[in-house]
Amino acid sequence: MTETFYEVLRRQGITRRSFLKFCSLTATSLGLGSAAAPRIAHALETKARTPVIWLHGLECTCCSESFIRSAHPLTKDVVLSMLSLDYDDTLMAAAGHQAEAIIEEVKKKYKGNYIVAVEGNPPLNEDGMFCIHGGRPFVEVLKETCADAKAIISWGACASYGCVQAAKPNPTRATPVHKVISGKPIINVPGCPPIAEVMTGVVTYMLTFDRIPELDRQGRPKMFYGQRIHDKCYRRGHFDAGQFAEAWDDEGSRKGHCLYKMGCKGPTTYNACSSMRWNGGVSWPVQSGHGCIGCSEEGFWDKGSFYDRVTDIKQFGVEANADTIGKAAAGTVGAAIAAHAAVSALARARSSTSHGQPEKEGEK
Amino acid sequence: MLSQQDMLEAERHGKQVRSIYVYEAPVRLWHWINALAMVVLAVTGYFIGKPLPTMPGEASDNFLMGYIRFAHFAAAYIFAVGLLGRVYWAFVGNHHAKQIFRLPITNPQWWSEVFFELRWYLFLEKTPKKYVGHNPMAQLMMFFFFTILAVGMLFTGFALYSEGAGLGSWQDTLFGWVIPALGGSMQVHNLHRLGMWIMMTFVLVHVYAAIREDIMSRQSLISTMISGWRMFKD
Repeated sequence: MTETFYEVLRRQGITRRSFLKFCSLTATSLGLGSAAAPRIAHALETKARTPVIWLHGLECTCCSESFIRSAHPLTKDVVLSMLSLDYDDTLMAAAGHQAEAIIEEVKKKYKGNYIVAVEGNPPLNEDGMFCIHGGRPFVEVLKETCADAKAIISWGACASYGCVQAAKPNPTRATPVHKVISGKPIINVPGCPPIAEVMTGVVTYMLTFDRIPELDRQGRPKMFYGQRIHDKCYRRGHFDAGQFAEAWDDEGSRKGHCLYKMGCKGPTTYNACSSMRWNGGVSWPVQSGHGCIGCSEEGFWDKGSFYDRVTDIKQFGVEANADTIGKAAAGTVGAAIAAHAAVSALARARSSTSHGQPEKEGEK
Repeated sequence: MLSQQDMLEAERHGKQVRSIYVYEAPVRLWHWINALAMVVLAVTGYFIGKPLPTMPGEASDNFLMGYIRFAHFAAAYIFAVGLLGRVYWAFVGNHHAKQIFRLPITNPQWWSEVFFELRWYLFLEKTPKKYVGHNPMAQLMMFFFFTILAVGMLFTGFALYSEGAGLGSWQDTLFGWVIPALGGSMQVHNLHRLGMWIMMTFVLVHVYAAIREDIMSRQSLISTMISGWRMFKD
């Protein structure tokens, strides 16, 4: 039997007082209210740690970088201990065959009872040869490891949607995890990277309640991805007022007006940045004066410029936005109508001068 | 079937009577309310995507985008409810009320009239035909560029509205699936805007054709949508 979380924490010298503070903070950040804090404490005191295998596919490790910076004073210690992170080739001391043996061991020992956290995604072209893990294509390792898992967490835009390596033309056919693995609960935690506290929040929720958080249609936890950046943005008042920054150095920009016209993707992006912010609540993109680039949205690299509000639609083969297509169509049709009207008038004038009212004559 | 019936009706009545009742009051009322709603939707929608120049003063003194969006949403509800009412009327109204919802595509006679109308618009026919309802070409355009497009605008529009209304709202329950289905919120915004441009292009054609036919064809058009009576000129 593995130790409980609480035992691990105490062993690491964390006081009970700090432990309870963590429980209250976690309850608050999960939006559960103070009544949930004792429940979290109880769960952490009684439950055995759940083993987690953290796999890395095609990725840049920004998710790991974000995760280890989770800012609540204790979170990085707590979560790294809580998790029983049995395998993470970036963070673990073991290497080579020793390391790979751990995956097998966890799979056997905790069959159906471990969590696979996936950072990055498997490329499928050339039989998966674009990403090799321990001498084998990553896609094989991923499928094998997930086969006996309880649940899978897809960290970041890579695992959830594909991110930059899946951007057109996607030469390696990088494919999001949920399109490769089926029959297991998969939690998408998109973002490039996701917010540290969102990552630890998702994990804490799963360990505490022994179930996956409530997910939306795209498999994202509702508690963090239920609203758009725009819905909670502190500049929203300027949007409603019609006050915009129209250049990076204009007065509106200096006054902190809405960045909508500068192409901010806040209105189309589901994430918790505007309420939780980054780096322990220090700031976040919009607060630092740059619009949201929509990094937690599906295919955000292929959705046109980061600096346009009406972006290019690439489905039509040409790179044109709705306004250019629309204005061209309306202009062409308008010109055609004018020409048609002129020809109609001419035809009518000619027929009435040559034989009065032709239709009536015909009838009579 | 419809158009053939339509033409026979026109020919038969055209001989004895100079006018015939086509558009019932609810259809006419809907037409003009819908037209007004569409104008409001297009103008406000344009400015939601490309806002007006920035407002001076304090944010608390202004609510321009708020009002523009309110007008857009209010007009959208009128548009949606109107369309629902119009669908209802297609069931209970006269057979002309069904025209924009149903194309008699299996009827070769109807297709030949579509091509006749095409030739008429290309100045290849000297004398136009008489129709009580829409001419087949107009019916075809109306079906694709109004009926289908309006439903598309309704679905994308309510899907976008559901983002503000929030998860679990009825808009989200009914239309929220549209967003992932079309590839994300940004994509839906773009397609909704493109739909607006197509709709407005159709409006240009629709208004032009109505005026032109009113002058050059053998029956009234514009006054028919006001009074309901189709007047035949010969």
